[in-house]
Amino acid sequence: MVEGQIPVEEYKTANTKHRWDLRRMLSAHRVLAQYDYKRGQVWRGYANRTLYINLSSNEIREKKVSDEMKKIFTGGRGFGLKLLWDSIRPTTRWNSEENELVITTGPLCGITQYPGSGKSLCLTVSPATDIICDSNVGGFFGPYLKFAGFDALEIQGKAKEDVIIVIDGENCRVTIETAPFEETNSHLLAEQLTRMYASEDNELSRQKVSVVSAGRGAEHSWWGCLNFSFWDIRRKVARMKQAGRGGLGTVFRDKKIKAVVAKIDHFDGLSNNPADPEKLAEIGTKMHREIRDLDRYQCNMRAVGTGHLTEIMDAYDLLPVENYRFGSSQKASRIYSTEFYKLFTKIIPDGCWHGCTLSCSKTVDAFTVITGPYKGERVTVDGPEYETIACGANMGIFDPKWILEFNFYCDTYGLDTISTGTSIAFYMEMYEYGILNKERCDGLELCFGNAEAALELLHRIARGDKGRFIQIASKGVRRVKDWLIKNKWGDKQLIEDAGMESKGLEFSEYVTKESLAMQGGYGLTLKGPQHDEAWLIFMDMVNNAIPTFEDKAEALHYFPMWRTWFGLNGLCKLPWNDIEPADNAKTDEPAKVPEHVQNYVDIFNAVTGWNVDKKELILQSERCYNWQRAMNVWMGRGRRKDDWIPYRAIGPLTKMEYLSRKERYDKQLVEKLGYNKKEVEKMSVEKKIRILYNYRRDQYEKLTDAVYYRRGWTPNGIPTPQKMKKLGINDPRMLKMLQKKIEEDEQKGLNIWRGKYRKGEKPPTNDPHYWEKP
Amino acid sequence: MAKPKTVRILRFYGEKCTGCLECERACSMVHFRTREGGDKSAIRIIKENDGSYRMNVCDQCGLCIDMCPVGAIYRRENGVVWLDRKVCIGCQACVGFCPIGGMRRSSIRIEPFKCISCGSCVRACPEDALELVEVEVEDVKEVVYHKLGV
Repeated sequence: MVEGQIPVEEYKTANTKHRWDLRRMLSAHRVLAQYDYKRGQVWRGYANRTLYINLSSNEIREKKVSDEMKKIFTGGRGFGLKLLWDSIRPTTRWNSEENELVITTGPLCGITQYPGSGKSLCLTVSPATDIICDSNVGGFFGPYLKFAGFDALEIQGKAKEDVIIVIDGENCRVTIETAPFEETNSHLLAEQLTRMYASEDNELSRQKVSVVSAGRGAEHSWWGCLNFSFWDIRRKVARMKQAGRGGLGTVFRDKKIKAVVAKIDHFDGLSNNPADPEKLAEIGTKMHREIRDLDRYQCNMRAVGTGHLTEIMDAYDLLPVENYRFGSSQKASRIYSTEFYKLFTKIIPDGCWHGCTLSCSKTVDAFTVITGPYKGERVTVDGPEYETIACGANMGIFDPKWILEFNFYCDTYGLDTISTGTSIAFYMEMYEYGILNKERCDGLELCFGNAEAALELLHRIARGDKGRFIQIASKGVRRVKDWLIKNKWGDKQLIEDAGMESKGLEFSEYVTKESLAMQGGYGLTLKGPQHDEAWLIFMDMVNNAIPTFEDKAEALHYFPMWRTWFGLNGLCKLPWNDIEPADNAKTDEPAKVPEHVQNYVDIFNAVTGWNVDKKELILQSERCYNWQRAMNVWMGRGRRKDDWIPYRAIGPLTKMEYLSRKERYDKQLVEKLGYNKKEVEKMSVEKKIRILYNYRRDQYEKLTDAVYYRRGWTPNGIPTPQKMKKLGINDPRMLKMLQKKIEEDEQKGLNIWRGKYRKGEKPPTNDPHYWEKP
Repeated sequence: MAKPKTVRILRFYGEKCTGCLECERACSMVHFRTREGGDKSAIRIIKENDGSYRMNVCDQCGLCIDMCPVGAIYRRENGVVWLDRKVCIGCQACVGFCPIGGMRRSSIRIEPFKCISCGSCVRACPEDALELVEVEVEDVKEVVYHKLGV
């Protein structure tokens, strides 16, 4: 039984204690550049300034945020896109000198009254995809950056040696410093820097410091993530949330940044100077009560975090098992949230930003590390969250302690658990087929379930191992696919369709075979296959609420726009629909959670003092969404070919998969494709797979047609200048570029719908240039 | 710090109450230097449909202590659950999670306030309808729910 009500100063974990000579470390710092500034007041959610740092030239300066910029881009990810558009070129790649790492906040970021209001948005040109990747993350850094005086931080150029950037909001000073003696791996580095830069030697001072860091793994891999710290006054550790997707940490370390530190002297519930604090407190309190009363009957986030999804996904055949071949496993109950609940420390406000009572950041304290450089130490492991647990299932690892080990090392090495897990799962499948083997894997026996081999792979990556396999494997599924195909080690089609990546980025952890809308939710995205744009599986598959292509296209318009909105404002999406009002099911559109949408309208107005409605919120997103797509086009992607997804995400690829769900697929051949039942019984499995393959691939193309049309894009996926103008975007450089790209497509004959429309079916429109009509 | 064993909480004798609200005025004087009472008072007297009176005030259960992300709420040596306004960041988590609505916020400031068992209301009550009584902390203590499921 947990005691509760333990005074903060008396709370103890059994973690290994570290003794560092922080003074010696600090005295070794050499200041390379210093910039003193006058801190302005954050007003109605905006600091109205951004901070620009160039590590090549050691230049530090401020940029003004104009009202025009706020009107078109709102904030957060929108600001990031605008800053990147002004700074990079279409040929910019992840390791180009001019590539930037941008960390932004958003006007609602840093309010404490509404749950989930402390998110930072990170953007950069990704090594995995060659286009902009955005990733949202909790932790204290974003709010502190804003309260220190800046809506966004823009880092360009590369340092010559390892540096840290310190944004000291207390003394209004920004510095670039060398930091030779600090650790690189995050769980140690974040703690060292927090202790080093805290104004006083107490927990509350340490809580006013936040550190962004990566790790040794991010130096040698394209899976690099960023860790955003938030000091836990009870556990007395720097806990961390990850901006995982797209290799942000890789870019971070390529720029030779060891860490970015933000520090403030004071903040309170009104540091954003909201227009209507009363309204904010009122809506916030209502939400806290809703969570208090309903969370335990709904998602149980407060007890187990996002891990509650494991058992649901397993039950609905959606949990990725053995590289997405299957959707459930008899072993899965070993990693249900009930098992992790036993390990989590309880009765602590586990929000990644103050005031988040949904508190999904669950933590295992005093976990004894099993392998690698920290073997035997007792550490705090943040999570695991659903995605990381599901990575376990995907690699055939059904042991909570190995999932924790994987989680810990991914975090501290600065590796994204999703990309790492999905990639290793693919390598394991290739290993099973003999396409990879022990020799080709530099001696690693990467068979499903071999957790020790998976961890050894991580350690070798972090050590900078020069083995051929490690060098390629650490760059992700796409690069390994090319390598396997080049060496003719296996069937090209099988390799292409089994490796779960799209645009070069690895899939996150849901099996999408039976939900066409969700396939679109992964494929028809801006940055790559990540569920943050749309999560339509239940609507589509379980509730059958969006049966037609038009319905699905509408959902693939609304939900990506709505979910984008959180990123423009520095908000977390979870308090929108991972807790629902008791009467939500009785509303017109339960999937949209209308009451919560209204909450967001109200808090947006309460902070900014603007007067917008829910339609305007969607418009705010649509502007940024189309802008990002247009930038993808500008950088040579963002076309239909780039929205391709592997067949493993669409249907059964191998005989084993077909046979494991034979009844389901046979039934579909009869009901959806009109085959005679007896005919189906006589068919070979190979033939049935082929028929389904062609049918489902075509369904995906038809969906793509419908979605592009709904979004106002050409049949090849380019946002039209007409659409952009309608959204109020008049940047001549952008409009001209889009027109030119559309004309190029026209010459190549690419502006045609790609679905095979039979009798009684028709494409979204027969007009091949529908967008040119007024 | 030695753990407090007892705490003084308010007891209300509804049959004596006349609904004069002197207690609320005394309380708002303590917290906000005003005799307004109402939403500026930590103690509230509510008239029921049948004409009787009910008191709503913090019972010092301390569930809010574990809700506070910055550790602004703690049990003082005298057992009273105390909110340190200088540390508070106004998130309202304690207000939202209080099982009886005893943690309150007024329109004057974003930081909540609550009964501190000072006895002003007791002294102000002309009918002796209020009393501070000493109880065991263990008997009133509540811990925020953490059990899996219900």
